[in-house]
Amino acid sequence: MKLVFDRPKSMKDTVMHYCPGCSHGVVTRIVAEAIDILDIREKTVCVAPVGCAVFLYEYLNLDVTESPHGRPPAVATGIKRARPDLFVFTYQGDGDIAAIGLAEILSAANRGENFSVVYVNNTVYGMTGGQMAPTTMLGQRTTTTPYGKGAMDGRPLRMAEWIASLDGPSYVARMAVNTPANVKKARKTVIEAFRMQLEGRGMSFVEILAACPVGWGLSPIEALARVEKELIPYYPLGVLKSVDSHKAG
Amino acid sequence: MGKRHLMSGAEAMAEAAIRAGCRFYFGYPITPQSELAEYLARELPKRGGVFLQAESEIAAINMVFGASVTGARAMTSSSSPGISLKQEAISYMAGCELPGVIVNVCRGGPGLGNIAPSEADYFQAVKGGGHGDYRNIVLAPSSVQEAADLSYLAFDISEKYRNPVMILCSAVIAQMVEPVEFMSPRRPEEVEKPWALTGAKGREPRVIKSLRLSEQELEEHNRHLQEKYATVKAKEVRYETRYLEDAELVIVAFGTSARIVSTAVETAREKGYKVGLLRPITLFPFPTHVIRKLAERVKKFMVFELSAGQMVEDVEIAAAGKAAVNFYGRMGGSVPSPEEDFEKIVDCYRG
Repeated sequence: MKLVFDRPKSMKDTVMHYCPGCSHGVVTRIVAEAIDILDIREKTVCVAPVGCAVFLYEYLNLDVTESPHGRPPAVATGIKRARPDLFVFTYQGDGDIAAIGLAEILSAANRGENFSVVYVNNTVYGMTGGQMAPTTMLGQRTTTTPYGKGAMDGRPLRMAEWIASLDGPSYVARMAVNTPANVKKARKTVIEAFRMQLEGRGMSFVEILAACPVGWGLSPIEALARVEKELIPYYPLGVLKSVDSHKAG
Repeated sequence: MGKRHLMSGAEAMAEAAIRAGCRFYFGYPITPQSELAEYLARELPKRGGVFLQAESEIAAINMVFGASVTGARAMTSSSSPGISLKQEAISYMAGCELPGVIVNVCRGGPGLGNIAPSEADYFQAVKGGGHGDYRNIVLAPSSVQEAADLSYLAFDISEKYRNPVMILCSAVIAQMVEPVEFMSPRRPEEVEKPWALTGAKGREPRVIKSLRLSEQELEEHNRHLQEKYATVKAKEVRYETRYLEDAELVIVAFGTSARIVSTAVETAREKGYKVGLLRPITLFPFPTHVIRKLAERVKKFMVFELSAGQMVEDVEIAAAGKAAVNFYGRMGGSVPSPEEDFEKIVDCYRG
């Protein structure tokens, strides 16, 4: 019999702690597949965030370091500057990257640091119990916006557009993983982003819209529908920037 | 050893770091430590290294964290408020057991304070500074030569114990120009660091982390750290003494305070006062056992600091009530003259 589906080598055989319907598992698998496809597992160092993905080293069969909250881009800068031969990526959530770590991501992007960023945006602080994030939609109820998020709580931040406005990054895209078709596109995009780093082009950045059913108070199916109906119109999908212009969508 | 160079303490620490094999510096501008960063901005690119001016002190120390993750020798430097910003990552480094060298050219404080000579960051450096049960190894140079020697040494100790090492000095040491001789340049030995992240080639993946959600596992990790600090206390205490043999009054001072008060001690000896000097070179580990032993036979200690009195608490703990502990300190960047210190010594001696 021909084996048509298996666990990527870059993933460990373990049960994930993520909540039912959470998109992190899918994104983790996409990242692992991309690393397998590019055959870079043995030269990869991953920088894990503080947040829901803090246990990334339990799932990825890679060298992984922890990082203080929001600081993965600075930690990755240190790793990559010391060892430019390594493949380095950060995996960050929206609280990590768009709130406490804004200075670090923008500065690293502006320097064009040659590492990759996988940014998982689920519009909420999941790990700490569903508080408001800088990406939370206006009107969205969270445990710290019990009456709905107002404009003066901060308009939802479009990180990919911000990063794409800088000259440093080589590749910036926003994808979603709410449908099989979108998962396939996201996978292709992550591979493309990783390739940019391997070619020494400078920071590659992929934002991935993710569902957080528990944080949103929705069922897994309702949460995927919310990604389609509410998030994608505000956070449009696509390749926002590519130094290989023919690859820009 | 060889040629003598005329340099500031800040530049001497920078040059010694390069000679110790440090090739990665990450920092953010702040006085009075700028000369250290500027020296490395000039020298590191020429000598196969990387100088990076970060967006903040927070980012700079996290870059040190990152370089250290790969096993590379890395350093940052700053001054008091900037050092406060680095504390989170220093705690992470201690928890993750990552080496790294941090220079604090201390300002007068609290808050923005001033850039005049102060040593009021003793508590912050010695007692932890960041969150959790951890210790920095803290070195306190008293001359430009010693600043160079300790900068060179810091990388070895830091790697040996996989722990952050902080060099604490005032602007006097950083800005003062003195002759200095350097150790020979070296590359850090290409020893395999069985913890470093280098890509999991032909081996199991490695993880660098401080997170341990299980109480039992975290307590075990803490016990391991405490055992390490106990080893550091047993093996790494460094200090200088003068005239302790027949001393009735022992002056305890470090860094700049020690430099100034040592002149007063010489004057006191010339005038027949039986005064000795104990100068801790390592502030953690602290020469507790030396003071404890002295407390059995001397009448008094007198602590001189450029602060409201911080190290004096450690001297009191060490003296354990067996000898009186007096204190004289200047704050806010004010520095006493040797004559002023001498008067205080005489008052204490007679009092």
